[in-house]
Amino acid sequence: MSARILSKRQLAPEITLLEVEAPRIQKRWRAGQFIIIRPLEHSERIPLTIVDSSAERQSITMVIQAVGKTTREAVALEPGDSLCDLVGPLGEPAEICAGERVLCMAGGVGVAELLPVARAYKEAGNTVVALCGARSDSYRILDEELRGCCDELHWATDDGTYGFHGNVVQLLLSLAGPGSFAEGHVIGPIPMMKAAAEATRGWGLKLHASLNPVMIDGTGMCGGCRVTVGGQVRFACVDGPCFDAHEVDFDEMTRRNRAYRDLEQVALQHDCRIGLR
Amino acid sequence: MPDPERPDDLLRKADDLTPKERLSLPKQPMPERAPQERRRSQEEVPLGFDEVHAMLEACRCLECKAKPCVAGCPVGVDIPGFIRLVRKGDFAGAIAKIRECNCLPAVTGRVCPQETQCQLHCTIAKARKDPEEAVSIGRLERFVADWEREHHARRVEPPAPPTGKRVAIVGSGPAGLSAAGDLVRLGHEVTVFEAFHKMGGVLVYGIPEFRLPKEIVQEEVDGLAAQGVRFEPNVVIGQTVTVDELLEEEGYDAVFLGTGAGLPMFLEIPGEHLIGVYSANEYLTRANLMQAYAFPKVDTPVVKADRVTVVGGGNVAMDAARTALRLGAGEVTLIYRRSRAEMPARAEEIHHAEEEGVRFLLLTNPMEILGDERGRVRGVRCLRMELGEPDASGRRRPVPVPGSEFDVPAELVIEAIGNGPNPLATSTTPGLETDRKGRIVVDPASGKTSKRGVFAGGDVVRGGSTVILAMKDGRAAARAIHEALSGERQPQEEVKA
Repeated sequence: MSARILSKRQLAPEITLLEVEAPRIQKRWRAGQFIIIRPLEHSERIPLTIVDSSAERQSITMVIQAVGKTTREAVALEPGDSLCDLVGPLGEPAEICAGERVLCMAGGVGVAELLPVARAYKEAGNTVVALCGARSDSYRILDEELRGCCDELHWATDDGTYGFHGNVVQLLLSLAGPGSFAEGHVIGPIPMMKAAAEATRGWGLKLHASLNPVMIDGTGMCGGCRVTVGGQVRFACVDGPCFDAHEVDFDEMTRRNRAYRDLEQVALQHDCRIGLR
Repeated sequence: MPDPERPDDLLRKADDLTPKERLSLPKQPMPERAPQERRRSQEEVPLGFDEVHAMLEACRCLECKAKPCVAGCPVGVDIPGFIRLVRKGDFAGAIAKIRECNCLPAVTGRVCPQETQCQLHCTIAKARKDPEEAVSIGRLERFVADWEREHHARRVEPPAPPTGKRVAIVGSGPAGLSAAGDLVRLGHEVTVFEAFHKMGGVLVYGIPEFRLPKEIVQEEVDGLAAQGVRFEPNVVIGQTVTVDELLEEEGYDAVFLGTGAGLPMFLEIPGEHLIGVYSANEYLTRANLMQAYAFPKVDTPVVKADRVTVVGGGNVAMDAARTALRLGAGEVTLIYRRSRAEMPARAEEIHHAEEEGVRFLLLTNPMEILGDERGRVRGVRCLRMELGEPDASGRRRPVPVPGSEFDVPAELVIEAIGNGPNPLATSTTPGLETDRKGRIVVDPASGKTSKRGVFAGGDVVRGGSTVILAMKDGRAAARAIHEALSGERQPQEEVKA
């Protein structure tokens, strides 16, 4: 299956949007589902949330934060190049309620991943309040797209260069409390999702967290992405990636996601050495 | 009696040897890499026969009229027939004879449990009262398959007239590949869908390079492609497209599900979420499919450790243990709750693992995986077992010895305790009957499922089984699919006539 890159857009430093030809996936995907890409022959398989699609262009859109070797090589590809492999849509779609006041929360690159969920909430007749966090004004992404589907959009920046000065959980606490929302969706770095879950415990809010554990196949075959939710072992790739945020064992997930931290540095340094040659 | 020390002399007289003379010929040894050399290498362990050794080994076959070995072969290869051709030096004829029944001979010649199938019934073994003395059927099969590959002697069969019928094969493992091979030969248009980026299923993600070189699997896939089979990787049936859509929207006339047993079981003991605990599926997929042994030249890492424990006693456990050695482990301990006699792994695999230095801790059951303050594995708490009465499987049931807890230090734990069928395709196909273990229910002779137009075979039907039985299922289903599709075609033919 060809996975030709149709367009590429730099959204913020280190955050890149790729539009890729994917006729089967564009037809089928729903908000909350993900894909796995292998940009080059020697690459890892990396899971990415599907952000958008176009039936006309037979394409899907993904947003990549270049943090490791594989993601850096992925964003170095140009329109006309092809991803070596692209498979999906994987996982279960996000659970979307109807006719409620809903909370959409995201931080960093998670803001892009929130977009399809916010749109789905809107289309289902909800009142959508989005709270998005970024390091700084220049790191804010997809503002216009989010405004198109949210009834309210609030930004928080760590350095106060735009919107609320602080993180997105602090922003939430400044705006809302118990009873403010019936349902919600949170996606972003693990510490942020954990803090959001802690802050909203007892609010009567059903909060879905979209998890991003280490994965290989994305089809339930290896169990590498196992997480504990409400004391039960679940595979994020097939049972998720969205789970009840108040039931997820985020501490365990934090530890497991660090499994390859040292080795990731080795890969990056190996890459740098090759680059110098 | 010809002198076995003088092969030329013996081979010249090969046609005239009496059964008694054949019976007295010594079994030809299979050269292997030395354990110390191979335990750090991905290179294949057995080196294979050369032409002379293959012909000498072939001379041992009595060519019994009753052919007990053929009855022991799940796909019914004419074993004495191909061995006779090897003895005469007609290797092209020999491989053609095998290919009549077996489309993956280079694979089965390596991974089939011949000692419990064809070779178990060999008359020589019975006469000598030693199963080890059977004619080395598997090694001869491997030899002619390798000869064919090395001499580029693969015969591309003339395509049958197109039937106009389309068949979708789901999964590119042994069941799917053999079904595809038979169906394309009969003139059907065949597409194989694979969830991974590479074709071969368990042959590429599960079985390690040192036991089955990946280029062999690739050549078989290329051979099928040359016959006209279309391969589509990166398609997860049930997610990317459903079985119903294949039948109703994409114009397929039949679907064969060979999706395998890709759902790992875990021990469900405390500590399984620690860093350094893998399912064998994950460990082997990282090492084999993603080639983590070449990290950082490739991007996929795998946790490496000095002390590794593997839990389980099957072939997958042996593969994981031997892979750990090749990834640099100093000490590999295999923990199995029963005794050696109950180990489901092939004798050859157990033997190879032991030769390479894998330590076996038998009659031992893991109770808990122990971790350090950083959430990494530091050991396994175990309990000694003793054997009690036979259980449902006929094997004696392991019973814990009270108060016998002890710890095995380790930084990596690999659980190889079995796999169930992956439910992605089955759970998204309405009308497809499965049993309580998630296996697809079929008519064993034809692979027919409860759903019209849908057939299944291999591990998704059998649970964890063997490559050759998956191939047998693939062939049986191909035959049934052909009959079903031909049946539909008959009225038109009559009109033409």
